[in-house]
Amino acid sequence: MNPSPASTNAPRSPGLWQLAWRRLLEDRIAVVSMVVVGLFVALTVASSLNWIARNWNEEIAVGYAPPAFTGKQAVADNSPDTTAKPALTTDPYPGRVRDPLATELAELRGQSAAPHGQAAEPPMEINGIRIVDPIAKEFAEALAAADAMATAPRATSLIFGADKWGHDVLKKLIKGSETSILVGLCAALVATLIGTLLGAVSGYFGGWIDDFCNWFYSIFTAIPYLLLILTIAAVLNQKGVTTIILILGLTGWTGIFRLVRAEYIKHRSREYVQAADAIGASHARRMFVHIFPNVSHISLVQLSVHTVGFIKSEVILSFLGFGVPVDKVSWGSMLGEAQNELILGYWWQLAAATAAMALLVTAFSMFTDALRDALDPKIK
Amino acid sequence: MSAFILRRLWQMIPTLLGVILLVFFLFNFVGGDPAYLLAGKIANPEQIANIRRQLGIDQPYYVQLWLFIRQVLTGDFGVSWSTNEPVATIFASRIGPSLIVLVPMMLIETVLSIVIALAVAYVRGSLTDRSIMIACTVAMSVSLLVYIIVGQYVLAYQLSWFPVQGWGDGFFENLFKYSALPILLGVIVGLAPNIRLYRTFVLDEIHQDYVRTARAKGLSDNAVMLKHVLRNALIPIITNLMIYLPGLLVGHFLIERFFSIPGIGREVILAVERSDFPVIKAITVYVALATMVVNLLADLLYKAVDPRVQLK
Repeated sequence: MNPSPASTNAPRSPGLWQLAWRRLLEDRIAVVSMVVVGLFVALTVASSLNWIARNWNEEIAVGYAPPAFTGKQAVADNSPDTTAKPALTTDPYPGRVRDPLATELAELRGQSAAPHGQAAEPPMEINGIRIVDPIAKEFAEALAAADAMATAPRATSLIFGADKWGHDVLKKLIKGSETSILVGLCAALVATLIGTLLGAVSGYFGGWIDDFCNWFYSIFTAIPYLLLILTIAAVLNQKGVTTIILILGLTGWTGIFRLVRAEYIKHRSREYVQAADAIGASHARRMFVHIFPNVSHISLVQLSVHTVGFIKSEVILSFLGFGVPVDKVSWGSMLGEAQNELILGYWWQLAAATAAMALLVTAFSMFTDALRDALDPKIK
Repeated sequence: MSAFILRRLWQMIPTLLGVILLVFFLFNFVGGDPAYLLAGKIANPEQIANIRRQLGIDQPYYVQLWLFIRQVLTGDFGVSWSTNEPVATIFASRIGPSLIVLVPMMLIETVLSIVIALAVAYVRGSLTDRSIMIACTVAMSVSLLVYIIVGQYVLAYQLSWFPVQGWGDGFFENLFKYSALPILLGVIVGLAPNIRLYRTFVLDEIHQDYVRTARAKGLSDNAVMLKHVLRNALIPIITNLMIYLPGLLVGHFLIERFFSIPGIGREVILAVERSDFPVIKAITVYVALATMVVNLLADLLYKAVDPRVQLK
């Protein structure tokens, strides 16, 4: 049968996705939350491409420089190194990076009775062994860089203030949202993939495969979620964004499995699947080409739900120190620093991280609710 | 009834075995060699071999698995790697403080959530209902870390209404002095999600036919809500509570950590920080066992509250 020209000219009835999209656009809250989430995602993309917040690690301000809107200025002398000053009395450049072995080296030089001055760097001999400073060159470079940094003018106030070392809180915030969104989305993708696959196989085939998957499910649900995460973190004993994504993704699939399995059980004996069987479609084809489009809205909503959940979990993991490594920023590690700052009266890092996270999570939750309503075929 | 319990207990065996296998797999195949962890940075091969022999990890895997199963069955997980305290003693001494904080927290949280959920569901659709729901969504978006950090700072550090942290010896001292703020913060954190959840439970009941019948009989709103709706909504609420109970034991580790309460949750964090494998293994297996038992109890309770439920 070739399609008659009349049917191609007739107005097509909109599909599920098109209808859902229309419903989403009609919902004002959904539009607002989509815009907010979109902004965060745009920030994430821009910062992971190094367009913005590239230099978050530079100490551009005085330690604990207050936010600009408070109208206060940090005292320029209030450098974070003040506490370390007494130890540096002999150092001509207070606050600058020092050779940790300088004193010992000087003593050795004194013992060797060789007339090398303090500034002399040529190799010396003690008991016939030549002693060379192996990092002399690198150290000189580091010193020069530190000097350049120390002499560079530092801001006394920033938009969102600065942390202990004078990092810009705004840039840290952007880097933190990059980590959070990346971890949340990737972990949710992993969890949804595992949950959907296992749920599809388990619900479609039934029998011993279903029993086996259910056994697997019962193991993962028997251990409380946070305990399981912490146990795996203890065993892996290594930090990194990939590690957190794997931990969260590999433990968080159970709820999705349950839902998808139930849907596949419902669909596997429907007429359209029998028809597919009759025309010789393979199991895989029936599962993923025929049934999956009718189940995919559940996976999509669960992807959204789990992204929010994993963003929250990542913050807690990083706060405890089991999450991102020290050279990365996360809202969790910012909260960890802020906990000590608050007692000293420096509240801005806490406020900034809290506000950013609350904004993203609220918008994402509202978007999820709207998405669920829009995809629910019962609501017309 | 007893046949049901027996069957459920029988079904627990494969799950428990699975948990044991999972933990065994994690600690023996995913993690590194614990001997290197224990021996420290500078160790010679003999020390490593010695430690491996002591831990039994030079044995074949099936022997190690059997040793682990025996540990689970006898409850003797040996001693902690960092404090040399027997793991069983650690458990016994940590569970008390956890419960002192947890039990009042659960009671207050549940009662408050039910009352507010009933009230909100009663005025469903109104401005009050919608604004409380929005407030709950926003409150749930703030990390629970922030509640604890700010609460501890403002209420304990600045206003000195409560001790900042600590733990004493006396039961009442602990309950009223040291647990007060942790309980308060725990209730605040738990309120928003609970109200949202319980509200849906109440709303599910409010549209049932029996509610209309009760109204038609001329019962007052209070009688309808408290006698008819609440009783039926309690069923999912109780199940929900029971299911989350074992998780709560560990889940409030953040509160225990912030307030230095020597409970199970803080022990888990400490053990993870110190790579104290015997303690983590024991806690994981036993909390999983507790979860399974509590799930069984929840089903039995379900039957007791709702005679329509058939146990099969």
